[in-house]
Amino acid sequence: MTEQPGKFPFTRGIHATMYRGKLWTMRQYAGFGDARETNKRYRYLLDHGQTGLSMAFDLPTQIGYDSDDSMALGEVGRVGVAISSLADMEQVFAGIPLDKVSTSMTINATASILLALYLAVAEKQGVPWSKVSGTVQNDILKEYIARGTYIFPPHPSLRLIADIVEFCAKEVPGWNTISVGGYHMREAGCTAAQEIAFTLADGIAYVQTCVERSLNVDDFAPRIAFFFNCHTNFFEEVAKFRAARRLWAQIMRDRFGAKNERSMMLRFHTQTAGSSLTAQQPDNNVVRTTLEALAAVLGGTQSLHTNAKDEAIALPSEESALLALRTQQIIAYESGVTAEPDPLGGSHYVESLTDKLEQQAREYLNKIDTMGGMLKAIDGGYVYKEIYRAAYEHQKAVEKKEKIIVGVNEFVSGRQPKLKTQKIDPKLELRRRRELTVLRKKRGNVDKHLATLKKAAGSSDNLMPVIIDCVRNNVTVGEICKVLRGVFGEHRPSHSI
Amino acid sequence: MKKPIKVLIAKAGLDGHERGALVVAIGLRDAGMEVVYTGIRNTPEQIVASAIQEDVDAIGLSSLSGGHMSQFKRVMELLKKEKVKGKLVFAGGIIPDDDVKKLKKLGIKEVFGPGSSIASIVEFLKKNVRAR
Repeated sequence: MTEQPGKFPFTRGIHATMYRGKLWTMRQYAGFGDARETNKRYRYLLDHGQTGLSMAFDLPTQIGYDSDDSMALGEVGRVGVAISSLADMEQVFAGIPLDKVSTSMTINATASILLALYLAVAEKQGVPWSKVSGTVQNDILKEYIARGTYIFPPHPSLRLIADIVEFCAKEVPGWNTISVGGYHMREAGCTAAQEIAFTLADGIAYVQTCVERSLNVDDFAPRIAFFFNCHTNFFEEVAKFRAARRLWAQIMRDRFGAKNERSMMLRFHTQTAGSSLTAQQPDNNVVRTTLEALAAVLGGTQSLHTNAKDEAIALPSEESALLALRTQQIIAYESGVTAEPDPLGGSHYVESLTDKLEQQAREYLNKIDTMGGMLKAIDGGYVYKEIYRAAYEHQKAVEKKEKIIVGVNEFVSGRQPKLKTQKIDPKLELRRRRELTVLRKKRGNVDKHLATLKKAAGSSDNLMPVIIDCVRNNVTVGEICKVLRGVFGEHRPSHSI
Repeated sequence: MKKPIKVLIAKAGLDGHERGALVVAIGLRDAGMEVVYTGIRNTPEQIVASAIQEDVDAIGLSSLSGGHMSQFKRVMELLKKEKVKGKLVFAGGIIPDDDVKKLKKLGIKEVFGPGSSIASIVEFLKKNVRAR
């Protein structure tokens, strides 16, 4: 074995000592209802030893509608917390000093606005921007493919992404500006090799965009991170992380001419596979999640979310969320797997799987290059079709019992327990509407801020300072997006099955 | 030859999880049905308009974001308001047991949760559309 941990191409991990030096960050994705409830859950998780926050937003916030917009019907506070204004964001972080915690935000089309809100909260807490750390997902390309929270067409979306990258390189050096995700494409049904390839292809598109803006690759690339799934096939998943690291290091050095090794290191967050969880016999999900989490750790992840057992049924309850956190604490503190970096390195099986996945991913990457890059491949529907075809093949295999899922198509006996699930207050939507009416009345007219925003959006100026100024003056997420929708237009997908 | 069963598979609300909807849509097509898929992000009004325009036999509603109670209910209200008769409505997604009962009371014939097979949905449609 010639490859070494902490050395190019980082197949065996980005640090020489890995978890002996520092454990991964335990970061449970959470957020629901309103800011008050979410603040309570965050403090609960931090009190129980979680080491970083991971913020889930509801769909209206992600797609740029305030809680009182008619498009928000039924969705307010459902899959995450509803944030429309600075008051909401302040409430979420009440009693949580932003220089003491790092926060990852799963936010894409509206990433610049939520980052602006976070920075405005830091100001109000008296924390300088140089002391805040965290991540915005800010990965729009996979939204067109799999996750669906796009707003604007690709080109203005890429401009917003590059605005964040450029702004943070100067003003918020501790911020991870893009988390390039394969997670959602895998959830949508793609294979391990496709997950590597499509994720890195998105990464290439972002680096290319920033380079074309005349940014120096080593000035921004160290702050680009990745986000992978960890699925059920144990050794394949370990090999997937190793292959992805090797490929990215080579891409950054050879394609983009990076000189700084930190630009070449693929740092990543992992979440265990939500789509592997079953509504049937939900206790089994604890076992699935444990195995997946272990593979992520053996694959050298930098941070980890372990799913709760009830996620095929509802949002995690407080109890199931705690068990999920305990799962990774047991791996970290009891299993002993942290003693050695890349403990499976050198295994014939894992090394050959790594080579094989690298090769397969490389073939996809070449194909995408031939199509003219990832934007073209997405636009033509290639990536979308590849993914849903793989999803359909998986479903057929399950129905023919070529793939066994315990409790679903085999070993189905036993009683289904009744779980106590997390519920969202049905009156929440009404309450939010009232709160926003009060806010709009109290803050007064914001037309001049919106006019400034409109002008800047139509120019090539960096939009971050203008957006920060808007949110400081209580302009809402929905109001900002309405202006941007007017200038940029909206993306309309044209995929057919 | 008998006319094939025509089904609208519709994603309601802002939810972007379309794996289930897509897999069901392709599966029903492979089983010989005619399928119209709406893509993601449809208001109840748009779904009902598509169902009328396409003159489908059945409407399959999908949501995994928890918005099903508001959105599916609105679809059922609109179907009533527009005096649309004879369309079988079924649903799928992450839908808690308590809500399944409520949805059935609203006239949604069946709810297919995670782990449901395409075969069971095909059987359901053949039985219930032909019976009408």
